[in-house]
Amino acid sequence: MIDTHDILETINMIDNENLDVRTITMGISLLDCIDSDIDKACTKVYDKICSYAENLVKTGEDISREYGIPIVNKRIAVTPIAMLAGANPGANPVRFAKALDRAAKTVGVNFIGGYSALVHKGFAPGDYALIESIPEALAETEFVCSSVNIGSTKAGINMDAVKKMGHIVKEAAVRTADRDCIGAAKLVVFCNAPEDNPFMAGAFHGAGEPDCVINVGVSGPGVVRAAIKKAKDTDNITEIADIIKKTAFKITRMGQLVAQEASRRLCVPFGIVDLSLAPTPAIGDSVADILEGMGLAQCGAHGTTAALALLNDAVKKGGVMASSHVGGLSGAFIPVSEDAGMIAAAKSGALSITKLEAMTAVCSVGLDMICVPGDITPEIISGIIADEAAIGMVNSKTTAVRLIPAIGKKVGEELNFGGLLGCGPVMEVNTNSPAVFVNRGGRIPAPLQSLKN
Amino acid sequence: MKAVITVIGKDMVGILAKVSTVCAEKGINVIEVTQSILQDMFAMIMIVDISAATVPISELSDEFDTLGEKLGLKIHVMHEDVFNSMHRI
Repeated sequence: MIDTHDILETINMIDNENLDVRTITMGISLLDCIDSDIDKACTKVYDKICSYAENLVKTGEDISREYGIPIVNKRIAVTPIAMLAGANPGANPVRFAKALDRAAKTVGVNFIGGYSALVHKGFAPGDYALIESIPEALAETEFVCSSVNIGSTKAGINMDAVKKMGHIVKEAAVRTADRDCIGAAKLVVFCNAPEDNPFMAGAFHGAGEPDCVINVGVSGPGVVRAAIKKAKDTDNITEIADIIKKTAFKITRMGQLVAQEASRRLCVPFGIVDLSLAPTPAIGDSVADILEGMGLAQCGAHGTTAALALLNDAVKKGGVMASSHVGGLSGAFIPVSEDAGMIAAAKSGALSITKLEAMTAVCSVGLDMICVPGDITPEIISGIIADEAAIGMVNSKTTAVRLIPAIGKKVGEELNFGGLLGCGPVMEVNTNSPAVFVNRGGRIPAPLQSLKN
Repeated sequence: MKAVITVIGKDMVGILAKVSTVCAEKGINVIEVTQSILQDMFAMIMIVDISAATVPISELSDEFDTLGEKLGLKIHVMHEDVFNSMHRI
Protein backbone atom coordinates (compact mmCIF):
# COMPACT_ATOMS: atom_id res chain seq x y z
CA MET A 1 0.00 0.00 0.00
CA ILE A 2 1.31 3.41 -0.90
CA ASP A 3 1.19 5.88 1.93
CA THR A 4 -0.53 9.26 1.37
CA HIS A 5 2.27 11.10 3.12
CA ASP A 6 4.86 9.49 0.84
CA ILE A 7 2.90 10.44 -2.26
CA LEU A 8 2.51 14.04 -1.20
CA GLU A 9 6.16 14.23 -0.19
CA THR A 10 7.25 13.12 -3.66
CA ILE A 11 4.83 15.48 -5.42
CA ASN A 12 6.01 18.35 -3.22
CA MET A 13 9.66 17.53 -4.01
CA ILE A 14 8.95 17.74 -7.74
CA ASP A 15 6.59 20.74 -7.69
CA ASN A 16 8.24 22.95 -5.11
CA GLU A 17 11.75 21.69 -4.44
CA ASN A 18 13.10 21.24 -7.98
CA LEU A 19 13.59 17.48 -7.73
CA ASP A 20 14.62 16.10 -11.07
CA VAL A 21 16.80 13.60 -12.82
CA ARG A 22 19.44 15.93 -14.14
CA THR A 23 20.69 13.86 -17.01
CA ILE A 24 20.52 10.57 -18.83
CA THR A 25 23.88 10.29 -20.52
CA MET A 26 24.61 7.60 -23.08
CA GLY A 27 28.26 6.63 -23.21
CA ILE A 28 29.38 5.45 -26.65
CA SER A 29 32.75 3.95 -27.50
CA LEU A 30 34.21 5.30 -30.73
CA LEU A 31 37.29 3.09 -30.70
CA ASP A 32 35.97 1.16 -33.69
CA CYS A 33 35.69 4.40 -35.66
CA ILE A 34 39.44 4.96 -35.84
CA ASP A 35 40.54 5.33 -39.45
CA SER A 36 43.68 6.69 -41.07
CA ASP A 37 41.40 8.67 -43.39
CA ILE A 38 39.87 11.41 -41.24
CA ASP A 39 36.87 11.82 -43.53
CA LYS A 40 36.02 8.16 -43.14
CA ALA A 41 36.63 8.36 -39.37
CA CYS A 42 34.26 11.35 -39.04
CA THR A 43 31.57 9.57 -41.06
CA LYS A 44 31.89 6.50 -38.85
CA VAL A 45 31.67 8.69 -35.71
CA TYR A 46 28.56 10.46 -36.96
CA ASP A 47 26.88 7.25 -38.08
CA LYS A 48 27.62 5.32 -34.90
CA ILE A 49 26.36 8.08 -32.61
CA CYS A 50 23.23 8.63 -34.68
CA SER A 51 22.42 4.93 -34.76
CA TYR A 52 23.09 4.25 -31.06
CA ALA A 53 21.46 7.41 -29.72
CA GLU A 54 18.61 7.57 -32.23
CA ASN A 55 15.96 6.94 -29.56
CA LEU A 56 17.76 8.44 -26.55
CA VAL A 57 15.87 11.73 -26.39
CA LYS A 58 12.49 10.19 -27.13
CA THR A 59 13.02 7.45 -24.55
CA GLY A 60 14.00 10.04 -21.95
CA GLU A 61 10.89 12.06 -22.71
CA ASP A 62 8.67 8.98 -22.62
CA ILE A 63 10.01 7.90 -19.22
CA SER A 64 9.61 11.43 -17.93
CA ARG A 65 5.97 11.56 -18.97
CA GLU A 66 5.07 8.04 -17.93
CA TYR A 67 6.66 8.21 -14.51
CA GLY A 68 5.91 11.87 -13.93
CA ILE A 69 9.56 12.63 -13.16
CA PRO A 70 11.26 15.60 -14.83
CA ILE A 71 14.34 14.47 -16.77
CA VAL A 72 16.12 17.67 -17.65
CA ASN A 73 18.91 16.66 -20.02
CA LYS A 74 19.65 13.92 -22.48
CA ARG A 75 23.33 13.81 -23.35
CA ILE A 76 26.08 11.75 -24.93
CA ALA A 77 29.63 11.03 -23.82
CA VAL A 78 32.13 9.52 -26.24
CA THR A 79 35.62 8.04 -26.19
CA PRO A 80 38.25 10.79 -25.78
CA ILE A 81 38.64 12.03 -29.33
CA ALA A 82 42.43 12.27 -28.93
CA MET A 83 42.47 8.45 -29.11
CA LEU A 84 40.92 8.66 -32.57
CA ALA A 85 42.88 11.70 -33.69
CA GLY A 86 46.16 9.85 -33.10
CA ALA A 87 45.53 7.95 -36.35
CA ASN A 88 45.28 11.18 -38.33
CA PRO A 89 48.56 13.06 -37.90
CA GLY A 90 48.55 16.40 -39.67
CA ALA A 91 44.76 16.59 -39.91
CA ASN A 92 42.84 19.19 -37.91
CA PRO A 93 40.96 17.37 -35.10
CA VAL A 94 38.27 20.07 -35.19
CA ARG A 95 36.70 18.00 -37.95
CA PHE A 96 35.87 15.41 -35.30
CA ALA A 97 34.31 18.15 -33.17
CA LYS A 98 32.13 19.17 -36.09
CA ALA A 99 31.06 15.57 -36.67
CA LEU A 100 30.13 15.29 -32.97
CA ASP A 101 28.22 18.55 -33.16
CA ARG A 102 26.26 17.40 -36.22
CA ALA A 103 25.46 14.09 -34.53
CA ALA A 104 24.30 15.88 -31.36
CA LYS A 105 22.03 18.08 -33.45
CA THR A 106 20.61 15.13 -35.36
CA VAL A 107 19.72 13.09 -32.28
CA GLY A 108 18.56 16.15 -30.33
CA VAL A 109 20.81 16.02 -27.25
CA ASN A 110 21.86 19.28 -25.64
CA PHE A 111 25.52 18.43 -25.02
CA ILE A 112 28.02 15.88 -26.26
CA GLY A 113 31.16 15.38 -24.17
CA GLY A 114 34.42 13.71 -25.09
CA TYR A 115 36.44 16.19 -27.09
CA SER A 116 39.03 15.12 -24.60
CA ALA A 117 42.57 13.98 -23.99
CA LEU A 118 44.02 12.03 -21.07
CA VAL A 119 47.56 13.27 -20.60
CA HIS A 120 48.24 12.79 -16.87
CA LYS A 121 51.52 11.07 -17.59
CA GLY A 122 52.36 12.46 -21.00
CA PHE A 123 51.19 13.15 -24.53
CA ALA A 124 50.40 10.27 -26.90
CA PRO A 125 49.91 10.81 -30.64
CA GLY A 126 46.81 12.91 -31.13
CA ASP A 127 46.79 14.41 -27.63
CA TYR A 128 48.78 17.53 -28.32
CA ALA A 129 47.01 18.36 -31.58
CA LEU A 130 43.65 17.85 -29.94
CA ILE A 131 44.49 20.09 -26.99
CA GLU A 132 45.75 22.80 -29.34
CA SER A 133 42.50 22.64 -31.29
CA ILE A 134 40.17 22.92 -28.26
CA PRO A 135 39.58 26.71 -28.47
CA GLU A 136 38.72 26.48 -32.16
CA ALA A 137 36.53 23.41 -31.62
CA LEU A 138 34.56 25.07 -28.80
CA ALA A 139 34.17 28.31 -30.74
CA GLU A 140 32.93 26.62 -33.88
CA THR A 141 30.55 24.08 -32.37
CA GLU A 142 27.47 24.49 -30.25
CA PHE A 143 27.03 21.26 -28.33
CA VAL A 144 30.55 19.88 -27.94
CA CYS A 145 32.20 19.82 -24.50
CA SER A 146 35.85 19.27 -23.87
CA SER A 147 37.98 18.00 -21.01
CA VAL A 148 41.61 17.27 -20.37
CA ASN A 149 42.95 15.09 -17.57
CA ILE A 150 46.31 16.47 -16.50
CA GLY A 151 46.99 14.58 -13.30
CA SER A 152 46.20 11.55 -11.19
CA THR A 153 47.09 10.14 -7.81
CA LYS A 154 48.96 7.27 -9.46
CA ALA A 155 50.76 9.29 -12.16
CA GLY A 156 51.35 12.68 -10.56
CA ILE A 157 50.74 15.95 -12.41
CA ASN A 158 51.85 16.60 -15.97
CA MET A 159 53.11 20.17 -15.63
CA ASP A 160 53.70 20.49 -19.37
CA ALA A 161 49.97 19.93 -19.82
CA VAL A 162 49.18 22.31 -16.94
CA LYS A 163 51.26 24.99 -18.63
CA LYS A 164 49.55 24.36 -21.96
CA MET A 165 46.05 24.40 -20.46
CA GLY A 166 46.55 27.91 -19.02
CA HIS A 167 46.87 29.17 -22.58
CA ILE A 168 44.06 26.98 -23.91
CA VAL A 169 41.55 28.14 -21.29
CA LYS A 170 42.39 31.77 -22.00
CA GLU A 171 42.18 31.30 -25.75
CA ALA A 172 38.88 29.44 -25.49
CA ALA A 173 37.49 32.52 -23.75
CA VAL A 174 39.07 34.98 -26.20
CA ARG A 175 37.66 33.16 -29.21
CA THR A 176 34.14 33.35 -27.79
CA ALA A 177 34.41 36.81 -26.19
CA ASP A 178 31.37 37.96 -28.19
CA ARG A 179 29.29 35.18 -26.59
CA ASP A 180 30.15 35.82 -22.92
CA CYS A 181 33.27 33.65 -23.28
CA ILE A 182 31.10 30.51 -23.41
CA GLY A 183 33.97 28.45 -24.89
CA ALA A 184 35.75 28.32 -21.54
CA ALA A 185 32.51 27.22 -19.82
CA LYS A 186 32.56 24.06 -21.94
CA LEU A 187 36.12 23.11 -20.99
CA VAL A 188 37.14 21.24 -17.84
CA VAL A 189 40.68 20.49 -16.68
CA PHE A 190 40.69 17.40 -14.47
CA CYS A 191 42.84 15.54 -12.01
CA ASN A 192 41.65 11.93 -11.45
CA ALA A 193 38.87 12.26 -14.04
CA PRO A 194 36.21 9.55 -13.69
CA GLU A 195 35.52 7.50 -16.82
CA ASP A 196 31.77 7.23 -16.26
CA ASN A 197 30.75 10.75 -15.27
CA PRO A 198 27.39 11.68 -16.84
CA PHE A 199 27.67 15.41 -16.01
CA MET A 200 28.92 18.03 -18.44
CA ALA A 201 31.20 19.60 -19.37
CA GLY A 202 33.52 16.85 -18.12
CA ALA A 203 31.74 13.73 -19.40
CA PHE A 204 33.66 11.30 -21.58
CA HIS A 205 33.43 7.57 -22.19
CA GLY A 206 36.51 5.94 -20.71
CA ALA A 207 38.57 3.29 -22.47
CA GLY A 208 37.57 0.69 -19.87
CA GLU A 209 33.85 1.18 -20.48
CA PRO A 210 31.67 -1.13 -22.59
CA ASP A 211 30.62 -0.31 -26.17
CA CYS A 212 27.56 1.56 -25.00
CA VAL A 213 26.24 2.37 -21.52
CA ILE A 214 23.56 4.42 -19.79
CA ASN A 215 24.63 6.58 -16.86
CA VAL A 216 22.21 8.74 -14.93
CA GLY A 217 22.89 11.85 -12.88
CA VAL A 218 20.41 12.71 -10.17
CA SER A 219 20.08 16.08 -8.54
CA GLY A 220 18.07 17.69 -5.79
CA PRO A 221 19.78 20.40 -3.71
CA GLY A 222 16.34 21.98 -3.24
CA VAL A 223 14.99 18.81 -1.67
CA VAL A 224 17.90 18.56 0.77
CA ARG A 225 17.55 22.25 1.61
CA ALA A 226 13.83 21.86 2.33
CA ALA A 227 14.51 18.82 4.52
CA ILE A 228 17.15 20.68 6.53
CA LYS A 229 14.85 23.67 6.86
CA LYS A 230 12.53 21.51 8.95
CA ALA A 231 15.31 20.93 11.49
CA LYS A 232 15.49 23.23 14.49
CA ASP A 233 18.50 25.46 15.18
CA THR A 234 19.14 23.46 18.31
CA ASP A 235 19.25 20.11 16.50
CA ASN A 236 22.52 18.25 16.79
CA ILE A 237 24.75 18.13 13.68
CA THR A 238 24.47 14.31 13.69
CA GLU A 239 20.75 14.75 13.10
CA ILE A 240 21.49 17.05 10.15
CA ALA A 241 23.74 14.38 8.63
CA ASP A 242 20.96 11.87 9.11
CA ILE A 243 18.38 14.07 7.38
CA ILE A 244 20.70 14.50 4.39
CA LYS A 245 21.36 10.76 4.18
CA LYS A 246 17.67 9.89 4.16
CA THR A 247 16.88 12.53 1.55
CA ALA A 248 19.80 11.47 -0.66
CA PHE A 249 18.53 7.91 -0.45
CA LYS A 250 15.11 8.88 -1.81
CA ILE A 251 16.53 11.06 -4.58
CA THR A 252 18.90 8.33 -5.68
CA ARG A 253 16.19 5.67 -5.71
CA MET A 254 14.36 7.76 -8.25
CA GLY A 255 17.53 8.03 -10.33
CA GLN A 256 18.05 4.28 -10.11
CA LEU A 257 14.49 3.67 -11.31
CA VAL A 258 14.96 5.97 -14.30
CA ALA A 259 18.37 4.48 -15.09
CA GLN A 260 17.06 0.92 -15.09
CA GLU A 261 14.06 1.84 -17.19
CA ALA A 262 16.15 3.77 -19.72
CA SER A 263 18.60 0.90 -19.91
CA ARG A 264 15.80 -1.62 -20.49
CA ARG A 265 14.06 0.42 -23.15
CA LEU A 266 17.19 1.31 -25.05
CA CYS A 267 18.62 -2.23 -24.70
CA VAL A 268 21.84 -0.71 -23.41
CA PRO A 269 23.57 -1.86 -20.21
CA PHE A 270 23.07 0.27 -17.10
CA GLY A 271 26.35 1.79 -15.97
CA ILE A 272 26.06 3.93 -12.87
CA VAL A 273 23.95 6.44 -11.01
CA ASP A 274 25.89 9.58 -10.20
CA LEU A 275 24.37 10.83 -6.99
CA SER A 276 25.38 14.43 -7.18
CA LEU A 277 23.74 17.49 -5.77
CA ALA A 278 23.92 19.64 -8.88
CA PRO A 279 22.56 23.13 -8.29
CA THR A 280 20.76 25.22 -10.89
CA PRO A 281 20.36 29.00 -10.96
CA ALA A 282 16.70 28.51 -9.88
CA ILE A 283 16.00 30.01 -6.48
CA GLY A 284 16.04 27.31 -3.82
CA ASP A 285 17.98 24.80 -5.94
CA SER A 286 21.26 25.78 -4.38
CA VAL A 287 24.05 23.96 -2.55
CA ALA A 288 25.01 27.26 -0.87
CA ASP A 289 21.47 27.39 0.54
CA ILE A 290 21.99 23.97 2.12
CA LEU A 291 25.21 25.13 3.79
CA GLU A 292 23.46 28.27 5.00
CA GLY A 293 20.56 26.10 6.16
CA MET A 294 22.98 24.27 8.45
CA GLY A 295 23.55 27.54 10.24
CA LEU A 296 26.07 29.68 8.35
CA ALA A 297 25.16 33.34 7.82
CA GLN A 298 26.43 33.12 4.26
CA CYS A 299 28.27 30.55 2.17
CA GLY A 300 31.98 31.29 2.48
CA ALA A 301 31.87 32.00 6.22
CA HIS A 302 34.32 30.08 8.41
CA GLY A 303 32.69 26.69 8.92
CA THR A 304 31.71 26.36 5.24
CA THR A 305 34.33 23.71 4.49
CA ALA A 306 33.22 21.59 7.45
CA ALA A 307 29.55 21.93 6.48
CA LEU A 308 30.35 20.96 2.90
CA ALA A 309 32.41 17.96 4.04
CA LEU A 310 29.45 16.73 6.07
CA LEU A 311 27.07 17.31 3.16
CA ASN A 312 29.29 15.57 0.60
CA ASP A 313 29.80 12.54 2.80
CA ALA A 314 26.17 12.21 3.84
CA VAL A 315 24.97 12.44 0.23
CA LYS A 316 27.26 9.55 -0.69
CA LYS A 317 26.28 7.44 2.31
CA GLY A 318 22.57 7.89 1.63
CA GLY A 319 22.90 7.39 -2.09
CA VAL A 320 25.16 4.35 -2.11
CA MET A 321 22.55 2.09 -0.57
CA ALA A 322 19.89 3.32 -2.98
CA SER A 323 21.66 2.29 -6.15
CA SER A 324 23.17 -0.95 -7.36
CA HIS A 325 26.09 0.87 -9.01
CA VAL A 326 27.29 4.28 -7.98
CA GLY A 327 29.95 6.15 -9.88
CA GLY A 328 30.80 9.34 -11.70
CA LEU A 329 31.49 12.32 -9.53
CA SER A 330 28.91 11.68 -6.77
CA GLY A 331 28.76 14.33 -4.08
CA ALA A 332 28.03 18.04 -3.90
CA PHE A 333 28.93 20.34 -6.79
CA ILE A 334 29.88 23.92 -6.11
CA PRO A 335 29.65 25.68 -9.50
CA VAL A 336 29.51 29.37 -8.69
CA SER A 337 27.55 30.69 -11.69
CA GLU A 338 25.02 27.85 -11.54
CA ASP A 339 24.07 28.35 -7.91
CA ALA A 340 21.99 31.35 -6.80
CA GLY A 341 23.38 31.20 -3.24
CA MET A 342 26.99 31.04 -4.45
CA ILE A 343 26.41 33.95 -6.83
CA ALA A 344 25.02 36.03 -3.96
CA ALA A 345 27.93 35.07 -1.70
CA ALA A 346 30.49 35.89 -4.40
CA LYS A 347 28.83 39.23 -5.09
CA SER A 348 28.76 40.21 -1.44
CA GLY A 349 32.41 39.27 -1.00
CA ALA A 350 31.66 36.47 1.47
CA LEU A 351 32.98 33.87 -0.95
CA SER A 352 36.45 34.13 -2.45
CA ILE A 353 38.41 31.86 -4.79
CA THR A 354 40.73 30.92 -1.93
CA LYS A 355 37.76 29.75 0.15
CA LEU A 356 36.37 27.88 -2.85
CA GLU A 357 39.73 26.17 -3.25
CA ALA A 358 39.57 24.95 0.33
CA MET A 359 36.02 23.75 -0.26
CA THR A 360 37.13 21.71 -3.27
CA ALA A 361 39.23 19.55 -0.96
CA VAL A 362 36.00 18.12 0.45
CA CYS A 363 33.42 18.55 -2.35
CA SER A 364 32.94 16.22 -5.27
CA VAL A 365 34.63 18.19 -8.02
CA GLY A 366 36.51 21.45 -7.93
CA LEU A 367 36.73 25.10 -8.93
CA ASP A 368 33.71 25.17 -11.17
CA MET A 369 32.15 27.92 -13.29
CA ILE A 370 34.17 30.72 -11.78
CA CYS A 371 34.50 33.95 -13.78
CA VAL A 372 37.89 35.61 -13.46
CA PRO A 373 39.13 38.97 -14.80
CA GLY A 374 39.74 39.02 -18.55
CA ASP A 375 43.32 40.24 -18.15
CA ILE A 376 44.32 37.12 -16.18
CA THR A 377 47.57 35.67 -17.52
CA PRO A 378 47.76 32.08 -18.81
CA GLU A 379 50.42 31.44 -16.13
CA ILE A 380 48.03 32.36 -13.32
CA ILE A 381 45.38 30.07 -14.83
CA SER A 382 48.01 27.31 -14.92
CA GLY A 383 48.89 28.07 -11.30
CA ILE A 384 45.23 27.68 -10.29
CA ILE A 385 45.02 24.41 -12.27
CA ALA A 386 48.20 23.10 -10.60
CA ASP A 387 46.91 23.94 -7.09
CA GLU A 388 43.59 22.28 -7.76
CA ALA A 389 45.17 19.19 -9.31
CA ALA A 390 47.50 18.90 -6.30
CA ILE A 391 44.48 18.79 -3.97
CA GLY A 392 42.98 15.98 -6.05
CA MET A 393 46.22 14.09 -6.45
CA VAL A 394 47.12 14.11 -2.76
CA ASN A 395 43.60 13.36 -1.53
CA SER A 396 42.88 10.63 -4.12
CA LYS A 397 39.80 12.42 -5.36
CA THR A 398 38.58 14.05 -8.54
CA THR A 399 39.26 17.75 -8.80
CA ALA A 400 38.63 20.00 -11.75
CA VAL A 401 38.99 23.56 -12.93
CA ARG A 402 36.44 25.31 -15.10
CA LEU A 403 37.43 28.97 -15.11
CA ILE A 404 35.96 31.53 -17.46
CA PRO A 405 38.26 34.47 -18.16
CA ALA A 406 35.79 37.32 -18.72
CA ILE A 407 37.47 38.99 -21.66
CA GLY A 408 37.24 42.79 -21.42
CA LYS A 409 35.72 42.64 -17.95
CA LYS A 410 36.95 43.42 -14.46
CA VAL A 411 36.13 42.33 -10.91
CA GLY A 412 32.54 43.23 -10.07
CA GLU A 413 31.22 42.93 -13.63
CA GLU A 414 29.51 39.73 -14.70
CA LEU A 415 29.07 37.17 -17.45
CA ASN A 416 25.67 35.80 -18.34
CA PHE A 417 25.56 32.39 -20.02
CA GLY A 418 21.83 31.79 -19.63
CA GLY A 419 20.13 28.47 -18.98
CA LEU A 420 21.67 25.95 -16.60
CA LEU A 421 25.09 27.62 -16.82
CA GLY A 422 23.66 30.73 -15.15
CA CYS A 423 25.52 33.97 -14.64
CA GLY A 424 28.54 34.77 -12.54
CA PRO A 425 30.28 37.77 -11.07
CA VAL A 426 33.93 38.22 -12.02
CA MET A 427 35.94 37.22 -8.94
CA GLU A 428 39.26 38.52 -7.78
CA VAL A 429 42.39 36.40 -8.23
CA ASN A 430 45.81 36.70 -6.66
CA THR A 431 47.89 38.41 -9.35
CA ASN A 432 51.36 37.46 -8.07
CA SER A 433 52.97 35.61 -10.93
CA PRO A 434 53.66 31.85 -10.73
CA ALA A 435 55.25 32.05 -14.22
CA VAL A 436 58.67 30.59 -13.40
CA PHE A 437 57.16 27.67 -11.48
CA VAL A 438 54.58 26.93 -14.18
CA ASN A 439 57.01 27.27 -17.09
CA ARG A 440 59.41 24.70 -15.67
CA GLY A 441 57.27 21.93 -17.16
CA GLY A 442 58.02 18.30 -16.33
CA ARG A 443 56.02 16.18 -13.94
CA ILE A 444 55.13 16.46 -10.27
CA PRO A 445 55.87 12.94 -8.96
CA ALA A 446 52.98 10.83 -7.70
CA PRO A 447 52.48 11.24 -3.95
CA LEU A 448 53.08 8.67 -1.24
CA GLN A 449 50.02 6.69 -0.31
CA SER A 450 51.20 6.00 3.22
CA LEU A 451 52.71 8.18 5.98
CA LYS A 452 49.60 10.36 5.57
CA ASN A 453 49.76 13.10 8.13
CA MET B 1 -0.35 -1.92 -13.29
CA LYS B 2 -1.25 0.92 -10.99
CA ALA B 3 -0.74 4.65 -11.22
CA VAL B 4 -1.25 7.48 -8.78
CA ILE B 5 -3.17 10.58 -9.83
CA THR B 6 -2.70 13.57 -7.56
CA VAL B 7 -4.70 16.76 -7.82
CA ILE B 8 -3.39 19.77 -5.94
CA GLY B 9 -4.87 23.25 -5.83
CA LYS B 10 -7.81 25.25 -4.60
CA ASP B 11 -10.81 23.16 -3.58
CA MET B 12 -13.87 23.53 -5.81
CA VAL B 13 -17.05 21.73 -6.77
CA GLY B 14 -16.69 18.85 -9.20
CA ILE B 15 -12.96 18.06 -9.09
CA LEU B 16 -13.52 14.40 -8.34
CA ALA B 17 -16.25 14.17 -10.97
CA LYS B 18 -14.14 15.72 -13.71
CA VAL B 19 -11.05 13.63 -12.97
CA SER B 20 -13.00 10.40 -12.66
CA THR B 21 -14.88 11.13 -15.89
CA VAL B 22 -11.56 11.19 -17.75
CA CYS B 23 -10.60 7.94 -16.02
CA ALA B 24 -13.86 6.27 -17.05
CA GLU B 25 -13.52 7.43 -20.65
CA LYS B 26 -10.07 5.87 -20.85
CA GLY B 27 -10.96 2.56 -19.27
CA ILE B 28 -9.19 3.30 -16.00
CA ASN B 29 -10.53 1.77 -12.81
CA VAL B 30 -10.37 3.95 -9.68
CA ILE B 31 -9.30 1.78 -6.75
CA GLU B 32 -9.02 4.29 -3.97
CA VAL B 33 -9.52 8.00 -3.37
CA THR B 34 -8.21 10.01 -0.43
CA GLN B 35 -8.18 13.71 0.27
CA SER B 36 -5.67 15.62 2.28
CA ILE B 37 -4.37 19.12 2.92
CA LEU B 38 -0.86 19.95 1.70
CA GLN B 39 0.48 23.33 2.82
CA ASP B 40 -3.07 24.82 2.93
CA MET B 41 -3.86 23.42 -0.49
CA PHE B 42 -6.43 20.79 -1.31
CA ALA B 43 -4.85 17.51 -2.33
CA MET B 44 -6.73 14.56 -3.75
CA ILE B 45 -4.98 11.28 -4.33
CA MET B 46 -6.40 8.54 -6.54
CA ILE B 47 -4.88 5.11 -6.87
CA VAL B 48 -5.98 3.76 -10.23
CA ASP B 49 -5.57 0.55 -12.21
CA ILE B 50 -4.33 1.32 -15.71
CA SER B 51 -3.97 -2.30 -16.91
CA ALA B 52 -7.05 -1.96 -19.13
CA ALA B 53 -6.49 1.68 -20.09
CA THR B 54 -7.23 2.52 -23.72
CA VAL B 55 -4.39 5.04 -23.91
CA PRO B 56 -0.75 4.93 -22.78
CA ILE B 57 0.08 6.62 -19.47
CA SER B 58 2.01 9.39 -21.27
CA GLU B 59 -1.08 10.36 -23.24
CA LEU B 60 -3.14 10.26 -20.06
CA SER B 61 -0.62 12.58 -18.49
CA ASP B 62 -1.09 15.09 -21.33
CA GLU B 63 -4.86 14.83 -20.99
CA PHE B 64 -4.69 15.65 -17.28
CA ASP B 65 -2.23 18.48 -17.92
CA THR B 66 -4.84 20.10 -20.16
CA LEU B 67 -7.62 19.52 -17.64
CA GLY B 68 -5.42 20.85 -14.84
CA GLU B 69 -4.65 24.01 -16.76
CA LYS B 70 -8.33 24.56 -17.46
CA LEU B 71 -9.26 24.19 -13.79
CA GLY B 72 -6.21 25.96 -12.39
CA LEU B 73 -5.04 22.80 -10.62
CA LYS B 74 -1.90 20.73 -10.75
CA ILE B 75 -2.67 17.18 -11.80
CA HIS B 76 0.12 14.61 -11.81
CA VAL B 77 -0.11 11.09 -13.13
CA MET B 78 2.75 8.97 -11.87
CA HIS B 79 3.57 5.33 -12.14
CA GLU B 80 3.31 3.59 -8.75
CA ASP B 81 6.90 2.34 -9.16
CA VAL B 82 8.13 5.88 -8.42
CA PHE B 83 6.65 5.78 -4.91
CA ASN B 84 7.54 2.17 -4.29
CA SER B 85 11.17 2.75 -5.17
CA MET B 86 11.52 6.05 -3.33
CA HIS B 87 9.79 5.06 -0.12
CA ARG B 88 10.25 1.30 0.19
CA ILE B 89 13.46 -0.61 0.68
